[in-house]
Amino acid sequence: MMPSTHDWINCPLGVVEGMFAASQNNPNSGWEAKAVEFFKNQLKEKDAHTWVPSLNDVPLHYLKPNSLVKFRCFIQDMFDPEFFMGVYETVDPSTKAKVLRCGKYKDVTECGVDFNSSNTVTAERQTFYCVPIPGENPWVKESYASTSQARVVPSTSYAPTRQKRSYEEDDDDMDTQPQKQREPHAGPQSPTEHHGNGDCKRQETEAPSNQTASASHLDLNFPLPGEKGPSCLVKVYEDWESFKLNDLLEVYGILSVNPALSALADEKDTSSSIQDPTECMETAEEQRVHSPPASLVPRLHMLYARPLPHNNPLLPCTTVEDNSAFLSSSLSEMASVRAELLAYFTHILLGDALAAEYLILHLISNVYTRRDVLPLGKFTLNLSGCPTAASYTERFYQIIQQLVPSSYYLGMSLQNMNQMRLVPKKDYVANRLVSGALQLARNTSLFLDETQLEQGQLDTTGVRNVTALGNLISWQKVDYDFNYHQMEFPCNINVLIVSEGRSLLPSDCQIHLQSQVTAPQLEEYLSSIHMHPQSSSQLNKFRIYLCMARQLDYNISDEMTKSVEEDFVDMRKDDPQSVSAEDLHRMLVVARLLSLSLGQTSLSRDSWLRAKHIDMLRRSRMEQHKCVNGNEP
Amino acid sequence: MFSRQICSNSYVHTRGDISATMSSPTSTPGGRKRGRSSNPATPSSEGPTSPPSQRRKGQDSSNGDLMPMPTSPATDMLSPAAPQDTSLFSSPRPSVPPNEVDMSSPLMYGTPSSRVEGTPRSGVRGTPARQRPDLGGFLQRFIDPTSKEDENAGLDLNEPLYMQKLEEISVVGDPVLSVNCLHVQSFDAELYRQLICYPQEVIPTFDMAVNELFFERFPDSILEYQIQVRPYNALKTRNMRSLNPEDIDQLITISGMVIRTSQLIPEMQEAFFQCQVCAYSTRVEVDRGRIAEPAVCRHCNTTHSLALVHNRSVFSDKQMIKIQESPEDMPAGQTPHTTVVYGHNDLVDKVQPGDRINITGIYRAVPMRVSPIQSSVKSVYKTHIDAIHFRKTDEKRLHGLDEDAEQKLFTEDRVQTLKELAAKPDVYERLSSALAPSIYEHEDIKKGILLQLFGGSRKDFSQTGRGNFRAEVNILLCGDPGTSKSQLLQYVFNLVPRGQYTSGKGSSAVGLTAYVMKDPETRQLVLQTGALVLSDNGICCIDEFDKMSDSTRSVLHEVMEQQTLSIAKAGIICQLNARTAVLAAANPIESQWNPKKTTIENIQLPHTLLSRFDLIFLMLDPQDEAYDRRLAHHLVSLYYQSEEQMEEEFLDMAVLRDYIAYARTYINPRLSEEASQALIEAYVDMRKIGSGRGMVSAYPRQLESLIRLAEAHAKVRFSEKVETIDVEEAKRLHREALKQSATDPRTGFVDISILTTGMSATARKRKEEVAQALKKLIQAKGKTPAMKYQQLLDDLRGQSETAITRELFDEALRALADEDYLTVTGKTVRLLA
Repeated sequence: MMPSTHDWINCPLGVVEGMFAASQNNPNSGWEAKAVEFFKNQLKEKDAHTWVPSLNDVPLHYLKPNSLVKFRCFIQDMFDPEFFMGVYETVDPSTKAKVLRCGKYKDVTECGVDFNSSNTVTAERQTFYCVPIPGENPWVKESYASTSQARVVPSTSYAPTRQKRSYEEDDDDMDTQPQKQREPHAGPQSPTEHHGNGDCKRQETEAPSNQTASASHLDLNFPLPGEKGPSCLVKVYEDWESFKLNDLLEVYGILSVNPALSALADEKDTSSSIQDPTECMETAEEQRVHSPPASLVPRLHMLYARPLPHNNPLLPCTTVEDNSAFLSSSLSEMASVRAELLAYFTHILLGDALAAEYLILHLISNVYTRRDVLPLGKFTLNLSGCPTAASYTERFYQIIQQLVPSSYYLGMSLQNMNQMRLVPKKDYVANRLVSGALQLARNTSLFLDETQLEQGQLDTTGVRNVTALGNLISWQKVDYDFNYHQMEFPCNINVLIVSEGRSLLPSDCQIHLQSQVTAPQLEEYLSSIHMHPQSSSQLNKFRIYLCMARQLDYNISDEMTKSVEEDFVDMRKDDPQSVSAEDLHRMLVVARLLSLSLGQTSLSRDSWLRAKHIDMLRRSRMEQHKCVNGNEP
Repeated sequence: MFSRQICSNSYVHTRGDISATMSSPTSTPGGRKRGRSSNPATPSSEGPTSPPSQRRKGQDSSNGDLMPMPTSPATDMLSPAAPQDTSLFSSPRPSVPPNEVDMSSPLMYGTPSSRVEGTPRSGVRGTPARQRPDLGGFLQRFIDPTSKEDENAGLDLNEPLYMQKLEEISVVGDPVLSVNCLHVQSFDAELYRQLICYPQEVIPTFDMAVNELFFERFPDSILEYQIQVRPYNALKTRNMRSLNPEDIDQLITISGMVIRTSQLIPEMQEAFFQCQVCAYSTRVEVDRGRIAEPAVCRHCNTTHSLALVHNRSVFSDKQMIKIQESPEDMPAGQTPHTTVVYGHNDLVDKVQPGDRINITGIYRAVPMRVSPIQSSVKSVYKTHIDAIHFRKTDEKRLHGLDEDAEQKLFTEDRVQTLKELAAKPDVYERLSSALAPSIYEHEDIKKGILLQLFGGSRKDFSQTGRGNFRAEVNILLCGDPGTSKSQLLQYVFNLVPRGQYTSGKGSSAVGLTAYVMKDPETRQLVLQTGALVLSDNGICCIDEFDKMSDSTRSVLHEVMEQQTLSIAKAGIICQLNARTAVLAAANPIESQWNPKKTTIENIQLPHTLLSRFDLIFLMLDPQDEAYDRRLAHHLVSLYYQSEEQMEEEFLDMAVLRDYIAYARTYINPRLSEEASQALIEAYVDMRKIGSGRGMVSAYPRQLESLIRLAEAHAKVRFSEKVETIDVEEAKRLHREALKQSATDPRTGFVDISILTTGMSATARKRKEEVAQALKKLIQAKGKTPAMKYQQLLDDLRGQSETAITRELFDEALRALADEDYLTVTGKTVRLLA
C-alpha cells in the first residue's frame, strides 16, 4: 500500500467538502462530527500516522498546501477567539448562480461572497500560537524524523511559492531529498543506522531554521533563546477549553500557507487609504504578531490533536496503563538497567555512587498531584561541590541532554540573571504573551549552573528572576506577568542545581559531591568521559528507563503506612531536633522514587529502609562537610 | 481621584466661520438637537473649545448651521405622542427607514464602522416587532423600592425612579439617562427581550419616548442635545469568554479590565466639498466608511473641481479601548481573552488602562477584506463592541465599599447549599478543617485564619469623630522554620480573590504602599499602587515579616489600625484606603524558638506593631509522641491517597470560597444584649487576672479584638446576631493565642504587657530592683568618680543572691543613666555630680 496515494492526506479538504455537500440535503446529518471521526479513524490504522508528513522535520516549502500534516508542538500563547464564515454563499458574477460553500478549515473564501445572504452561518474558532517543544534534544528530533514514512516530493506548488519565500535561499535541499523516501526502518533502536544517517538528517532539519534566522526581524517568540524550527498558528474548531497553555500536542491538521494571509506593514502602506476602519486600529506590532507571513508561520487547521504525555520517541505514545504488554516486559528489566545507569552516573559524578543514586531519583521525579498549594512528588536536587575546572558542569549537562527528551541549560551568571527574561510577560501593544525561559513543557529538565555565578550586584530584574526560580522550585509554579496583575501557571519542571557551595536557591535535597578523583587527574578524567560515549542502544535503554519510571503508578499499603509511622515516631524519640515533618516529606518522596526506580509500584519494607539509609548517608556527609568548612549555616 | 487628566479635547480642530455658532453649545439647542453625538461638556473635559464633532444629520444640506436657533426644542420635532399612532411615536419623520432612526441613537454616534455592509446577522434579522406603547409607561411608573445603587442616592424610592431622574436632568442639564436593564426586565419581560435582541432599533425609540416625556414635563428646559438613553446591566453575557456568534448585534454587558486605550481618533461624519471654480459648497455624508466624492459641481457643471475642505467637515470623536478578562473569570491554565471596544464622543477618555469596568454595548462583527483589489476575503470577522455605557467597578473603592464588585452572582442552588452548610452545628469545625488540608493540625491557627477570612462587621463612627473601626482581623504566625507557615500563607493567598503575597525580604515600603511614576507617554504623574492597597478588602500575606526593614514595617502601623495609607510624594498628597487584613509570618531571630524568652525577644519586632495583631500564634514543633504519630499518618496519607479520597474528606475549595464571599457580602452581624454583657465580663475578667499582681493583662485593643472575633464567628454561622457562643469562642481563641504568645517564660503567667510594652511586668520589676541594688553598691563605695565596668559587675554579682546576667546589668546601668545618676563610656562608669 503506497501511503502517498491516500487522498485523505493529500487533499483532506476534498473529503471535508464532499461530506459538506452530502449533508446539504439532510440538515441534521452532523457532518462536522463525522468528518473529524473519519480522520481519527484513518489515523488509528496501524502506522497511518507515520505517513503524515511532520512540520517538525520537513521544511515548509516541501509540504503541499492544503494537505494533511502533523506538528509536534507546545502551546505558547492563546489568541482571542475569532468568528468566521462557517457556511457562506457565493454568486457567480456572470450566471448569477448561487452556491453554498463551506468555510471550515480554510482561511480565505472563494470569490464573490454574498455578504447579505441569509444562508451565512457564523461560527467560532480559537487560535493557538504553537512552537516546537522548547528544549527538545536533538536525539528526540532525529528519532522522530527517522520513524516518519511520509513521502514528501517537491510538490508542483513548490515553484509558485518560491518567490514568496524571498528570505531564504534554495540551498542543497534537493540533494538530501531522496533520504526522505528511503525504506522505513525496521526499528529505531538499531544503532548503526541511527548514526549512519544522522548527518543527512541534520542538514534537513536545519533547512527551516535558516529561514527563521534570516528573518530574525520577526520574533517567533520561542521560550528559549537559540531555538529553531517552525512555529505555527493552529486554528482549533472544537473543545478548545480542554487545551491549556504549555500543553504538548501532536496536531493533525490542514496546512494553509495562502500568501494573502500575511499582513506586513509595508503592504499596508501601499494599499488604498480607504480601509476598514476597524483595521487601522490595530498597531503594526499586533498585525505582525497575529498575521505573520504564512511562509514563515503557516496556519494549521486542526482536525485532530493528540495530547502527548511525553515526547520520548522510544516509548509508545499512550499512557502506560493502556500498554500493559510493554509495561510488563520492561518492568522486569528495570532493575538491571538501573544498575547500568547507576554505574554510568557514578563514573560521570567522579566516582560518587550516592550522588549518582540521587541523580537517578531526581531524573524520574514528577509532580504527580497537588494538594491545595502543595505540589507532591517534586524532587529538586542541589548537587554541591562540583569542580569548576575543565568546564565540568557543561560536560555534565551534555550527558543529561543525551538522556532526557527535553532540557535546558541555564548558566546563572550575573549577566544572565540580570538580563534574561525568565518569566513570560504579556505585551499589550502586540497583544501577545512574550515568552520567557521558564515557560517550559512538562518534565523538562532545567539545569541551573550556579558555578557560573560570581560576586556582584543583582538589579531589579535579577532579583525578580531569582525569586521566580525560587517560586518555581518551592511551589512548581510560575507567576506570569500580566502587567496589571500576575497569573499563576502551575508547572512540572525538574530543576537540577549544580553549585560549589550550598545553592542560594531552595532545594528539596542537597548532596555534596565527593570526588574520588584527585585534582591533578581531573582534567584527564573528564576528557575520558567523552572519549567513551555509551553505545546508542545503551543510551536508548536509559532513555526508555527514565521515562518509564516516571510514569509508573505507585501506592503504599496500610501495613507500610503503619510501619512508616512507627519509624517516624521512633526517630523523633531519639532526636526530635534532627527529624522534622519536612524530613518525613522528603523521605517519603525518596522512598517513592526509589521504589519506582526499581520498577516496584508499591512501597516495600526494603525500599523504605534503603530510602532511610541513603538519606542518613547524605545527611552525615553534610554534617561532615559542615565540620570541614565551618561556614555553612 | 488620581486618574490622569487627559484633556478629552486634546484634538483641537481649527474651524471656519461656523465655529462661532458652534462653540457655545447652549446657544444651539434646537437646531442641533438631532445631532445627539455632539460632545456634551462633560466635567472631565477642560478644554475651552468644544470638539468639532457636531453632527447635523437630518438637516438639509444647505447652511443649516447658520439658521437662527429656536430656543425651544420641543416645537418642531417632539409633538406629543399619539397612542394610536403606529409609527414610531409620531416622530417628525413618520416613516423613517431604519438607517435614519439609527442616526439619532447613541449606539451609532454615526459610526460608519457599525454600518459596514455584511454585519453577519443584521441582514438576516428583520426589524423588531412594532413599537410598544408602554415604553413611556415604564418610565412613568417604574418604582424600585429596594434600590441600593448609589446613583439613586437622594431619590425617593417610592416615587417613579426615572421620572425623578428626568427631573434631575432638567436641573443639572446633563442629558444622559442611564436605564438599568433589570428594571426593564422586571417591568416587562417582553420589552426587555426586544431591547436585548434589537438594541439598534429599540434604543432610539427609547430615546424618543424619553425626550417626548421630558419636554412634556419640562417644556422650558434647554438641553445641549436630546436626552440619550443608556441601558446598562444587560444580563445577556457576563463573561468575555462566553461571547459567541449568537451575541452579534445584541445588547451585552461584560466585565473586564481596560488594558489599552488609543489616542482620540477624529472620524469624519460629513465631508465638506467646495468647488474650486465657483466656490459652490456641498456636503457629503460618510456612508459605510466611504465618502462619495461628487464628480461634477452641481452649480457650474465643472467636472472634478470639488476639493475636500477639512476644517469645515464634521468629525466625531472615537476611541479604541481594549479590555481584558478579569483574572477571576478565567479558567486555570488559559490566557485571558481581549476584546476591542469603541467609545464614541463623550464616552471617549472615560476609562483609563487598569480600570475594572462593566461595559454595556452592542457586539459587532465585520468581515475583513484582504485587500481592496482582491475580491476574495478572509473568512474571518473582526469583532468589537460599540460601547453605550461604562461602569467602573473599582471607582467606589476609594470612598466606600463596592457592593457591585463583591457581589458575585450566586445561583439559587448555590445559596441553598451554602445555607444548608451553615445550618450544620459543626460548620465552624468543618470549615476550619477544610482550610489547607495538607497542613497538619494547628486547629486553632486555622480557626483564627478562618475568622480572619470572614472579618468583623464594619462600623462607622465618623460622625462621632472616631472614624472607621477596623473590621479586619490581623494575625501573626511565628515559630520554627519548617512548620509550614509559608504554606499556610500561600494557601490563603490562593483562596481569597483579592489577596497579595509578598515576602518581607523582597519588599520595600514603596512596594507595599504606592509610588508615583511618570507615564512615559503622557509625561503625567501616575500613582501606582502597592501590595497593601491592592489587597484592599482582601488579605495581604507577608512572609518573613521579621526580615523586613524598619522603615518598611513602619508603614504598616497606619494600615493595621487606621486602615488607610497616607502618601505625600511628588506633589501628590492623599490618603488611600487599605482595608486589608494582614497575615504575617515571622521566624525567630535565633532561627530556633527559644522557649526561655518572650515573644518579643524571640522575634525582635517592635511591640507597637505587635499590639496591632489580634491574634499571635506560635507554630512550634510540639515534640510529643502522639502528635508525631498523627503527623506521620497525615503525611503518609498525603502521598498515597488518591485525589477523590481526599475530596470526600474535605470541603471543596470553591465551596469554601463561595461561602466566605457570601458571608462577607450578605451577613453583617450586630451584637446582641447578652453578647455585649458577655464581652464586658470577659474584658473585666481579663483585666482582673493581672491586677492582683500589679500587672495589666488587657487593654481596650484586646476588647476590640474580641468583638471582631465574635462578629466573625457569627458570620461563620450566617447569623445576623452575635450571641454568647460567639463571644465564648472568641474568648477561647484569644486566650489560646495569648497563652502561646504572651506567657511570661519567667513566671508562667499570661501577661499582655509583653506585647504592649515589650517587657513583662516581672521583668520590669526585676530591672528596677537590680538598678536600686547597683545604686546602693555605688553609694557604698563612697566618692569614686569612675569605676571599671567589669569590676562593678563582679561586685554586684558577689552581692546579689540571684544570678545577674550581663544584659540585666546593662539594663540597670541604662536605667540609672536615665536618672542622670551616671554615664557609661566604653568600659568605665562615671558618676555624675
